[in-house]
Amino acid sequence: MIGMFFAYFAVVSIAAGVLTVSLRHPVHCALSLLVLLMHVSGLFILLNAEFLWAVQVIVYVGAILVLYLFVLMLMNLKTDERYFHPWALYILGPAVVGGGYVLSLLLRSPFDGAKGDTPAAAVLQDGNTYAVGIKMFSDHLLQFEIVGIFLLGAIIGAIVLAKTPKPLDRERERL
Amino acid sequence: MIPLSAYTTVSAILFMTGLVGVLVRRNFIIVLMSVEIMMNAANINLVAFSHYLESMAGQLVALFIIAIAAGEAAVGLAIIIVVFRSKISTNVDEMNLLKW
Repeated sequence: MIGMFFAYFAVVSIAAGVLTVSLRHPVHCALSLLVLLMHVSGLFILLNAEFLWAVQVIVYVGAILVLYLFVLMLMNLKTDERYFHPWALYILGPAVVGGGYVLSLLLRSPFDGAKGDTPAAAVLQDGNTYAVGIKMFSDHLLQFEIVGIFLLGAIIGAIVLAKTPKPLDRERERL
Repeated sequence: MIPLSAYTTVSAILFMTGLVGVLVRRNFIIVLMSVEIMMNAANINLVAFSHYLESMAGQLVALFIIAIAAGEAAVGLAIIIVVFRSKISTNVDEMNLLKW
C-alpha cells in the first residue's frame, strides 16, 4: 500500500518536473510546478514529516507559487517562438549521461551511517511537530535566528528593488 | 518498506530536471522555477535521510531551505520586475547590462 503511494507520488512529481521545464506557456509551467510541490509534500507524509508537509503546502504552494503566478499575470508574457536555448541539445545529452551515472552510483550504495537520537517511535509518540520544535529551539536556535535576519533582509531588498523610481519618471516626462 | 535508494533516485532525477531547466530555458521566471525544483529535490533527500537515519536535523535543514527559497523568490521576482520595466523582456539572453 505504501509502495503504491510512493510510486504514485514519485512518478507524478517527476512527470510534473519534466513538464515544468518543457512546457511553452509560463503559466502552464507554474501550474505543473504546483502539481510537483503537492506531490513532493505527499512524499514528506510517507516519511513521517507532517510538519514539513504543512510548511510545504502553506509556504511553498500558498506563498511562493502564488507570488510566481502574480508576477506572471502582472507581466502578461507572450510566449517566445524559440523558447529553448540554442544549445539545448548539446546540454541535454551530457545531462542524461551524467544523470544515469549518478543513478547507477545511488542504486549501488548501501547508505549506512550512525543513527541519530530520534527514532521513529519517539517521533510518533509526541508528534512530528513537537520533535521538530524541540530540536529547532534547542540545538539549532542560532540558525533559526540567522534565517529570521535573512528573511528580514529579503523583505527589505524586495521592497527597495520593486519600488517605482520617482525622479527617473519625472525626467522621462520632461523628455 | 521503501528503500532509501528509491527516494534518492527520485531526488536525483528531479535535480537533473531542474539543472537542465536552468541551463536550457531562456525565460528568467522559468529559470527561477527550475531552481525551485532543485531545492525540492534537495528537500526530498534531506527528509529521506532524516527518516532513515533517525535524526531530526535533516528536517530542520529542509525547513531552512524552504525559508531561503521564499526569500530567493521574493528578491528574484523583484529583480525581474525591475528588468521588465526597463526592457520589456524576461529573456536571460538579453540581460547583458553587467556583462564585461
